[in-house]
Amino acid sequence: MKINLDHVVKTFNTFRAVHDVSLSVESGELVALLGPSGSGKTTLLRMVAGLEFPDAGQIRFGEQDATQIPVRERGVGFVFQHYALFPHLSVADNIAFGMRTARAARRSKAEIDARVEELLRLVQLSSLGNRFPAQISGGQRQRVALARALAVDPKVLLLDEPFGALDANVRRDLRRWLREIHAELGITTLFVTHDQEEALDLADRVVILQQGRIVQQGTPRAVTRQPNSAFVMRFLGDTHQLSATAKGGQVTLGDLSLDATGLADGPVDVFVRPADLEWAGQGSGDQPGPGLPATVTRVIDRPGARRLAVSFEGHGLELDVAPEVEVAAGDRGRLRILRSRIFPA
Amino acid sequence: MASSTRSRRMGPVRVGESPAVRRTLIGLVLALSALVIVAPLAVIAVEAFSKGFGVFAATIAHPDTRSAVVMTLVTALIAVPVNTLFGIAAAWSITKFDFPGRGLLLILIEIPFSVSPIVAGVAYLFVYGMQGLFGAFLQDADIKILFALPGIVLASMFVTAPFVARELIPLMQAQGRDLEEAAASLGASGWQTFFSVTLPNIKWALLYGVILCNARVMGEFGAVSIVSGNIRGQTNTLPLHIELLYHDYQTAGAFSAALILTVIAVFTIIAKALLERRGAGRVRAATLAPTAGPAEAAKETP
Repeated sequence: MKINLDHVVKTFNTFRAVHDVSLSVESGELVALLGPSGSGKTTLLRMVAGLEFPDAGQIRFGEQDATQIPVRERGVGFVFQHYALFPHLSVADNIAFGMRTARAARRSKAEIDARVEELLRLVQLSSLGNRFPAQISGGQRQRVALARALAVDPKVLLLDEPFGALDANVRRDLRRWLREIHAELGITTLFVTHDQEEALDLADRVVILQQGRIVQQGTPRAVTRQPNSAFVMRFLGDTHQLSATAKGGQVTLGDLSLDATGLADGPVDVFVRPADLEWAGQGSGDQPGPGLPATVTRVIDRPGARRLAVSFEGHGLELDVAPEVEVAAGDRGRLRILRSRIFPA
Repeated sequence: MASSTRSRRMGPVRVGESPAVRRTLIGLVLALSALVIVAPLAVIAVEAFSKGFGVFAATIAHPDTRSAVVMTLVTALIAVPVNTLFGIAAAWSITKFDFPGRGLLLILIEIPFSVSPIVAGVAYLFVYGMQGLFGAFLQDADIKILFALPGIVLASMFVTAPFVARELIPLMQAQGRDLEEAAASLGASGWQTFFSVTLPNIKWALLYGVILCNARVMGEFGAVSIVSGNIRGQTNTLPLHIELLYHDYQTAGAFSAALILTVIAVFTIIAKALLERRGAGRVRAATLAPTAGPAEAAKETP
């Protein structure tokens, strides 16, 4: 089911949560709404669900105008941030809830039981049907919530911070698993997250929101490689920001010259990620060449690499070097910039 | 969690470590409870039978006493269900919806708690009495509200209006709207949501509120004494009857009637304690039952 949002606006009291957002999600697509808290992503999701109604604009499901259809009739599956499992019902009864209340397609008890079994298998919880929500772990609850949402055969699956309350390992496993379920069922899925790693890992397309507006959307590759603003650059991962001046399409930093074609002359911010930097120590034998003169202030040993904290003209920067590299605090050397993004300051 | 582990390691932190202080404090509390709570209750039982079982039985069997008991029960049978429905409706609307005047409603519900019952009684007198707002109209229509059952029920309802709502509102506020939204997203109608999701999750608080409301309706004196007119054998409830007997110097009779009320109250408290234990037991069973594994259970902390 294709979803279209057309100039959607939502205001709470005086706070404008969503500003004129237009977005289209293709049938079968898995899309992440990514943004910091207060960016309007959850409000947007709740409007798609029919839990909130826009003040202006239109939401279409396929060709149908769904803007004013309440959640009960909209045919969406919604997974709540804290799962909202019914605490007084067993896992199996939670999953069966939607099939028992559905007015349109009444199913027999045997049909419902069979479908519950099938869904429990799908979410790999076959043996836990008789447990109560308080008796299972967070990751299991999250899967029950998904099974319950899928039980009503939704046209669209909506997830609000689906992994927010889980710890890192469970989160990673569930992410892969959700990806597989999506591939298997092919249901149009929209999820909200503030975790850029989650969005990039899971989604076909990432929609980045800031203060109620979409600032950039595209594939994970597009948004990570071509962030269109300093905000997106910073939000997607660790970034260092260096002030410089653009002149004639060139930005000079230390004795490096960076290409800034198309940028007007004036102050700019150069953004580099730790992986965009390369270290050339003075004692390492290789030609130092051009670069930013820097001093190592600290070395942090991590399982896969050594992280150097270096200082360049008062800026603190971090970068990784291979585990074998001999370097210590106080060493001097040069930083090479492999890649950078430059935005007007 | 962290603080409890720490205090266990460092030994219990307690005010008044010395055994002497502790024993004195506990002894004092026990003595005061005996003096203030147990002794009067015991006196009621003793005094009720002071003139022998015959007087007790005669008081209980007296038509005026029986009428008072019936009056009290009928009042409770009307006022408690009405207030229960009102309490649920009020708590539901306040906690599940946003609407203008929500805060005002919250304050309105509290008013009977802060107004003296006797003031409520007087207020009813001025609204429905002969000189009151609707007095003439009611007389013309031949509707008797004051000095009759309707007045007693209305006054009792006013005094006990907050009980159910006050029990439910904090709980329903803490539960939030997620469960109802989840039910709606699964296609449940408003009624289905209420009966299959909301009600099962508030039932213990609801029962507790109903019990408290009932105890208060049966024991209400101030407001009822104003609007009932104290017509012996007709508009007297049990508390009013007790007062009447007492003023007639029928001490043993007064205590006999008081004993009925006390027994009802004690049963109410026992019922409440049982319900609380059952409610708490259920929660404990649910959280302590074997989980998927200690490792996964530990991750549940949100």
